[in-house]
Amino acid sequence: MTFDKAIHARFQVAWPGFNLDVELRLPGRGVTALFGHSGSGKTTLLRCLAGLERQSVGSLNFKGEVWQDDARGICRPTHRRPLGYVFQEASLFPHLSVRKNLDYGRKRVNGGHKVSLDHAVELLGIGHLLDRMPDRLSGGERQRVAIARALATSPELLLMDEPLAALDLKRKSEILPYLERLHDELEIPVCYVSHVPDEVARLADHVVLLSEGRVVAAGGLRETMARLDLPTAFTEDAGVVIEAVVADHDETYRLTRLDFPGGSVVVARRQESLGRRLRFRVHARDVSLALARAKGTSIVNLLPATVVEVADADTPAHVLVRLDAAGTPLIARITRYSLDHLGVTPGKSMWAQIKAVALLG
Amino acid sequence: MLSEANVAAVWLTLKLATITTVILLIVGTPIAWWLARTHSKWKGVIGAVVALPLVLPPTVLGFYLLMILGPHGPIGQLTQFLGWGVLPFTFAGLVVASVFYSMPFVVQPLQQAFEAIGARPLEVAATLRASPWDAFFTVVLPLAKPGFITASILGFAHTVGEFGVVLMIGGNIPEKTRVVSVQIYDHVEALEYAEAHVLAGGMLLFSFLVLLALYSRKGTSTWK
Repeated sequence: MTFDKAIHARFQVAWPGFNLDVELRLPGRGVTALFGHSGSGKTTLLRCLAGLERQSVGSLNFKGEVWQDDARGICRPTHRRPLGYVFQEASLFPHLSVRKNLDYGRKRVNGGHKVSLDHAVELLGIGHLLDRMPDRLSGGERQRVAIARALATSPELLLMDEPLAALDLKRKSEILPYLERLHDELEIPVCYVSHVPDEVARLADHVVLLSEGRVVAAGGLRETMARLDLPTAFTEDAGVVIEAVVADHDETYRLTRLDFPGGSVVVARRQESLGRRLRFRVHARDVSLALARAKGTSIVNLLPATVVEVADADTPAHVLVRLDAAGTPLIARITRYSLDHLGVTPGKSMWAQIKAVALLG
Repeated sequence: MLSEANVAAVWLTLKLATITTVILLIVGTPIAWWLARTHSKWKGVIGAVVALPLVLPPTVLGFYLLMILGPHGPIGQLTQFLGWGVLPFTFAGLVVASVFYSMPFVVQPLQQAFEAIGARPLEVAATLRASPWDAFFTVVLPLAKPGFITASILGFAHTVGEFGVVLMIGGNIPEKTRVVSVQIYDHVEALEYAEAHVLAGGMLLFSFLVLLALYSRKGTSTWK
C-alpha cells in the first residue's frame, strides 16, 4: 500500500461565526483542487497546510513526515516546511528586482535544487523580465514571477490560492497554459484553491469540495464532478468533465472529432493537432434523453448510455440523471414530467443528446 | 561668530540628540513592532504610556523623573547601589529623560510603518524559508525604511528642541547639561540679545530645514 506517499491532514479552526473541521487524504501526485464557494474554508485549509494559520489544531502527515501533530506538541513553522505558496494577489517584494525575488527563497534552500532556476524561468516565460522591478510588471507577469519564485525553492508541495482570481479574463488566459504545463511537468503534489468550475475542470486531477468548513466530497475529478448527492449549491452547475483526444478534422464542415473511452463528440474545428489531449465539460442542462436514436434532429452528438441513478435537482420540477456511456459518466438534467413519461429508471438503455460541450483550453 | 559657551552648548545638544536617537531606535523598534502586531489587551495601555509626553507638560515628566531617579527614588537607590551615583543633573540623566520625552516621536512613525506593511510580506517570506528574524531584517527593515528615516528625524529634532525637561532634570551646568535651548534662556535673562539671536536663529533655521526635508520627501514605497 502506498500509504506513505499520500498527504493526511486533519484540521480544526474555530473562529467566531466560522468553523473549519476537515479530515483529508490527498494524493501525493497531481493537482488537487480545493473547490467551494467563498467562505467555504478553502483558503483557510490551504493556510493550515502551510502552517500559516496559528490557531489551527490538528495534524499533518506529508508522505510519512510529521509536519504537525498538535496532540504531541509538534508543529513545524512555515519556514521549515518544504513548500511553495502562491498567494491570491501578487506578493512580490517591492524592494527587490524580479531576479532577486526569485533568488530570495532559492538561496535559503539547503541541498539539491530539483527545479533549476532556469527551468522555472523558462516554464513561466519570464526570462525577459529578470531585471525589472515588480511595479514595472503587469498583473499577469507578477503572478507568473510569484509562481516561478515558489517553484525555484524546489518545493515538495505547491500550494496555490486562486492565483488567477485577481486577474481579468485576458490575463487569466495568459497564465492558464503555464499552469497546465506545471501540471504536465511537475512531479510534486499541487493544491489549488478555486471557486471557478471551469478552472478546476481544466487543471485538476482530484477534487475536494468544501462547504461551510466541511468536506462535502473528495475524489477523482471525473467521479466527483459526476456525483449527484452533492448540495444544491454544486448541482445547479452540475456537469461532467471528459478528457478526450483530438481524433479527426473535417475540413468540409470545419469540424473536429474528439474521441474518449465510450464514444466521441464533434465540435467546431479546433486548432490543436491530432493526438492532442483536450478536456471538455458537458453541463447537465445541455444533455437531454431519448428512448431511441433520434432521427431528423439537428443535434449531432448522440451517445448510447445506461441510466445509473436519479436524484433531485436544484428545482422541484427537475431531476438529475446520472448515465454511464460505456465507462464515461454523463449527467442529464430533465424534467420530472419526462422522467415519468419516458420511464427513466436505473439500468435502462437510452440515448443522451448533447446540445453543447464547453471546451477547456 | 559663536562664543565658546555657545559652541559648547551646540556640541552638547548634538551629542545628546544623537545618543538619544540611537537609543530610541534600538528601544523603540521592538516596542513599535509589538504595538503594530499584538492583539493583547495591554496594547492600549502601553500605547497610551508611550504617547504621554505628547500631552504632558515637560515639567510634569521632569518632576516625576526627578523623584524616581533622585537619591530617594527607586531607580536612584538602584543606581547608587550599583555605584553609579544619581542621574539627575548629569548628562546621563539628561539622556534618560530625553529618551522618555522623545519616545512617541520615534515609536509612532515606526508603528505606522510596520502596520502599513502588514502581515503578508512576513508570510510570503516564511513560505520562502526565511525565519522570522531573517524576514525582519531582509523584508521588514527595507520596506519600513521611510518610517525609520521619519522616526530618526523627528526623534533627533524633538530632542534638540526640548527645554522644560532639561531644566527640571539637568539643571544648567556648562558642558554637562546646558543645551542650546537653556543657553538661549540664559542669554535672554542676561539681556545678551545678540548672542541669543545667533542661537535662536540657528534653531529656527535648523527646525525649518528638518521639517522641509521631512515634508518634501517622496511618497513612501507601497507594497505590491
